[in-house]
Amino acid sequence: MAEVQEEYAAVVLQAEPTSVLLRELVAHLRQNRTQLREEWARRITEAQLLTAMSKDEIFAEATSVYDNYVEALETETFEALQAYARNLSERIIPRGVETHEVVGIVLLLRDVLARSLFAKYRSDHTKLNRILDAYEPAANRIANTVAVGFVQERERVIRQQQEAIRELSTPVLQVRERLLILPIIGVIDPQRARQLTEQLLHGIRANRAKVVVIDITGVAAMDATVANHLVQTVEASRLLGATVIVTGLSPEIAQTLVNIGVDLGKMNTVGDLQGGIEQAERLLGYKVVPIVEAS
Amino acid sequence: MEVPILKQGDFLIATIQAALTDADLLHLRTALLQQVVRSRSRGVIVDVTALDLMDSFASRTVQEIVHMIRLRGAETVIVGIQPEVAFAMVQLGLTLENVATALDLEEGLAYLNQKSKTIS
Amino acid sequence: MEQEIRVPISSDKNIVNARQKGRSAALAVGFSPGGTALEQEIRVPISSDKDIVDARQKGRSVALAVGFSPGAATLIATAISELARNIVSYAKSGEIVIQALHGSPRLGIQVIARDQGPGIHDIKQALRDGFSTSGSLGLGLPGVKRLMDEFQIDSRENRGTTVMVKKWKQ
Repeated sequence: MAEVQEEYAAVVLQAEPTSVLLRELVAHLRQNRTQLREEWARRITEAQLLTAMSKDEIFAEATSVYDNYVEALETETFEALQAYARNLSERIIPRGVETHEVVGIVLLLRDVLARSLFAKYRSDHTKLNRILDAYEPAANRIANTVAVGFVQERERVIRQQQEAIRELSTPVLQVRERLLILPIIGVIDPQRARQLTEQLLHGIRANRAKVVVIDITGVAAMDATVANHLVQTVEASRLLGATVIVTGLSPEIAQTLVNIGVDLGKMNTVGDLQGGIEQAERLLGYKVVPIVEAS
Repeated sequence: MEVPILKQGDFLIATIQAALTDADLLHLRTALLQQVVRSRSRGVIVDVTALDLMDSFASRTVQEIVHMIRLRGAETVIVGIQPEVAFAMVQLGLTLENVATALDLEEGLAYLNQKSKTIS
Repeated sequence: MEQEIRVPISSDKNIVNARQKGRSAALAVGFSPGGTALEQEIRVPISSDKDIVDARQKGRSVALAVGFSPGAATLIATAISELARNIVSYAKSGEIVIQALHGSPRLGIQVIARDQGPGIHDIKQALRDGFSTSGSLGLGLPGVKRLMDEFQIDSRENRGTTVMVKKWKQ
């Protein structure tokens, strides 16, 4: 039984290889371009996808996707489609289009086209099966290409944004001559900790700072790695010639510091930011006044 | 590479101008000690602005310089450690404990002036 | 390294982005910042304190050529200095081999310190902070481990020591 079926399949393939079927399929899609494209755009609106775009925009985009889609089927190459998907993603991501929408519209197109194939070959089941066998792998590959292109572009955008946020999230502020404040808020991961240190050390040189207040009131917890980094930041600042005062140390973080073997007696800590700034001013006054008198 | 040592008032200023070998560092240590004794200086500034890194040997030698000069009754301050150099040092665990540091020459002089004022 | 890199240009931020990508692509293919191919490994024989300086300066320029920041290049140069110092102190002579790593997707640098010296008797102990046999060095190996991303050591008594470290571009 199985043997007979295999033989039959082989005969069919010989008679009509996939490329011939795809050619027939492409001709059908070209012929019905206007109608299928409109149907697709209608289904997109109906499914409430691409709500960030106007009707005209959806139709224009649908036309381009449709033509690229048919071309990919015809040439069985995906480079042009890939490039188009990337370009499309670049344009629509800033407008807030989500991954499920992009996957959704490609699957809708697949559905619209499959339905039209059903309608056309309704009377000839064997032919319908064969044409679907040729169409589906290609359609899957197209859906895959577009979705992956979109997700990759999105990840690239997210990476860029993360970098921008990271830069903004470690502000080194000069509140007074020779006095810097570094308020740290939120979660510190090792990468952010490293960036923070780098910015602070360069800030000390650029502003000729003598005292730095690092306020960690806004940091709920720290793992040992990051706590270690904080200690290194304090030590490196001292090597440049600046005194560091740490304020807002929570009991939990103090415990972490003790656990990793930090001698808290050696760290200059003050309860809150205000107290820290007051001590910093005393330090600066004590050092600055006599020099002014001397000169 | 010889490190020039200048006398300015009560202080000596040693300015390192390029990467130093271990031998150069040891030579600097000897030269500074001799000059502190000879010139009866009260303070020494070692300017390391031009140093592109300080490894364990350089840190040790600097620490030795500071301690030996202290035994001669003078203070030493290390000035000009670059941010990258400082970061690498603390990663290596080199923190120059008990060594005074300042941002640059100007700050170093201010520190020494301040120090000699509180002593006298 | 087959694919093309597209950078949409619509603001001054994109310009920076585009030229950075161009530079890293050039470096990834193996060009140095000066434009010459950066493929070969650099070998520095180590037998005196002068060689320590030579090795770390060469390490720094390779690191910068790979695209490391000046800060990261300083960490790498400091690690090389410590490794070369270990050779001079314990084995008298050996070599440092520096190589840029272009394997996609990451760029990095590899440093091998090799000697035929007495070897390390107890590696575990040598990797603990504060350990030193010669008395002249404090933190050598554990410090190097902290400065770099990857650390491997192979040491046999009376046969010699090989340390291989790598650092990847973030």
